[in-house]
Amino acid sequence: MTGILEDKDRIFTNLYGFHDWGLEGAKKRGCWNATRDIIKMGGPWIIDQMKNSGLRGRGGAGFGTGLKWSFMPKEVKDRPHYLVVNADESEPGTCKDREIMRHDPHLLIEGCLIASFAMQAHACYIYIRGEYVREREVLEEAIKQAYEAKLVGKGNVHGWDFDIYVHHGAGAYICGEETALLESLEGKKGQPRLKPPFPAGAGLYGCPTTVNNVESIAVVGTILRRGAQWFASFGRPNNTGTKLFCVSGHVNLPCNVEEAMSIPFRQLIEDHCGGIRGGWGNLKAVIPGGSSVPMIPAEQCENLPMDFDALRELRSGLGTAAVIVMDKDTDLVRAIARLSYFYKHESCGQCTPCREGTGWMWRVMERMVSGEAEMREIDTLLDVTTQVEGHTICALGDAAAWPIQGLFRHFRHEVEERITSYRSGKPHVQGATLIAAE
Amino acid sequence: MSVRRLSQVQPASFAFSAATKKKCDWWMAKYPAARKQSAVIPILWLVQKQEGWVSEPAIRAIAGLLDMPVIRVLEVATFYTMFMLEPVGTAALIQVCGTTPCELRGSRALMAVCKEKIGDKDHLSKDGLFTWQEVECLGACCNAPMAQINDYYYEDLTPESLAKIIDDFRAGKKPKPGSYDGRKSSEPKDAVHTLTDPKLYDGSAAKKLKLPNTEPVG
Repeated sequence: MTGILEDKDRIFTNLYGFHDWGLEGAKKRGCWNATRDIIKMGGPWIIDQMKNSGLRGRGGAGFGTGLKWSFMPKEVKDRPHYLVVNADESEPGTCKDREIMRHDPHLLIEGCLIASFAMQAHACYIYIRGEYVREREVLEEAIKQAYEAKLVGKGNVHGWDFDIYVHHGAGAYICGEETALLESLEGKKGQPRLKPPFPAGAGLYGCPTTVNNVESIAVVGTILRRGAQWFASFGRPNNTGTKLFCVSGHVNLPCNVEEAMSIPFRQLIEDHCGGIRGGWGNLKAVIPGGSSVPMIPAEQCENLPMDFDALRELRSGLGTAAVIVMDKDTDLVRAIARLSYFYKHESCGQCTPCREGTGWMWRVMERMVSGEAEMREIDTLLDVTTQVEGHTICALGDAAAWPIQGLFRHFRHEVEERITSYRSGKPHVQGATLIAAE
Repeated sequence: MSVRRLSQVQPASFAFSAATKKKCDWWMAKYPAARKQSAVIPILWLVQKQEGWVSEPAIRAIAGLLDMPVIRVLEVATFYTMFMLEPVGTAALIQVCGTTPCELRGSRALMAVCKEKIGDKDHLSKDGLFTWQEVECLGACCNAPMAQINDYYYEDLTPESLAKIIDDFRAGKKPKPGSYDGRKSSEPKDAVHTLTDPKLYDGSAAKKLKLPNTEPVG
């Protein structure tokens, strides 16, 4: 067998788009089955089931989805409730929500209905990143199908009046941060808000709002159909369920795949991705959860379960489960410098440590790449990362600091060698050792 | 942050076409009546689709349509990087993803092709047909390296396939978006070992079930 998860336990059965994404095909694969019965069980039952399933938010932070829903006010007072789905998938390495929206959009729409009902919201906005034009077209079409079949809308067959709208962004990574997303949805620059108040108290248009990732919402229907215990039976305690892994970089077959949580890293790569380019021994480092988490070196990957807690112990994180694999041919310093440029480009400019710090860190990283930096600048750089980290409104400052910290935690010697050889008149040439070996 | 300013050269006026206006109304209807400002990003995008870029008169017109101060629309247009503040190539706007996952798989070679065939990045080519840019992660990392050309994604590119695509656009053709490696989407190429159980697709998943589901697990 390949991997751990069996086909019968996969939620995203049209992940690769080999089958019909439309309403008919989705229904045949089990979507919209018993949705009415789920609604009849009532909101508290749904939230309870979600808590029991152990589903942790799939957008990166890994906060319990059921718990998050329970923060919404129990009764609707003068302000309406909203569900907002975060489909602004921009974390480098991550490309899972895209496949859900273009190949299994009805799972998402069904999840939106159930989640909105559980939180007594009558309206839901899906905020999709602007670049996903094709994905937006499919999603709009699927929503149209759902309206026509009276699955959603006013007076629908489920007995809960519910409108669902697609909204799009225009190319800002920061809008994946929930409060920046709300600002953007209100027609402003995407600059994060101070918390508190949390969105559950004052979110979209000042109303109680919950923001969830696409994958977190799209799995809801199947979890409730198959039972919380079913979902909780995969993975280690506190890290349960199935998860879409996006494996990119230096593997033979980069792909998206749904697997059980806590699958060993090596099994994930060898069973689904055709192994590391050049064989397992050619692995150098892995960024296990999207660009924002620190990298881990090959030695730590051998028996590593891919889940929130195991990666946290290694001072990294599962994030969005976007696994970026780098083999021994990779210039790690260059790879991280490129990420530093990314964060510099995407800083919203609101907080000084981030606005100034990301640019400064990028410029120093570029000097580290060539080796022209001073040796003492390494410690200065690390000191600056700690001054950015934790001193900004949102987590982009942390996200810019962590990749650099991860690089120096495990590969400081490489940067030092590079600086030394630059001083001695032998500047770094990527791949030089390989050319010499041939 | 990226510094973005309006173009030095601006047209004298802007008018919504009938089709654009209709779509604007459709977008505005999505939000509560007092919140039509929410539609500013989609409407800027529609205007860019109509004109090819976002000009200063267009920003004023949108402010009028949405009852917003002009500065608020200007703020949005300069904050979000998908809005082109200068005219771009009429045949193709090529946006090559340059972030690490694509870089690891050869995006720099793609940019070299663009530079050779089109010219400097962020500049309109001499014939007015092309503009190319390096952009940040486009979220198709399993299909790296890739580029967004006009609206759609061209994935699993090589310098050769990108050169061919550029030639096709120059010849007035519309090359097909998607993977250029023979893949359908982001499956492992020629090695799909999952989602092969026919029971997933024979309709058995749609049979009636009883809630709460107490089927034994496993």
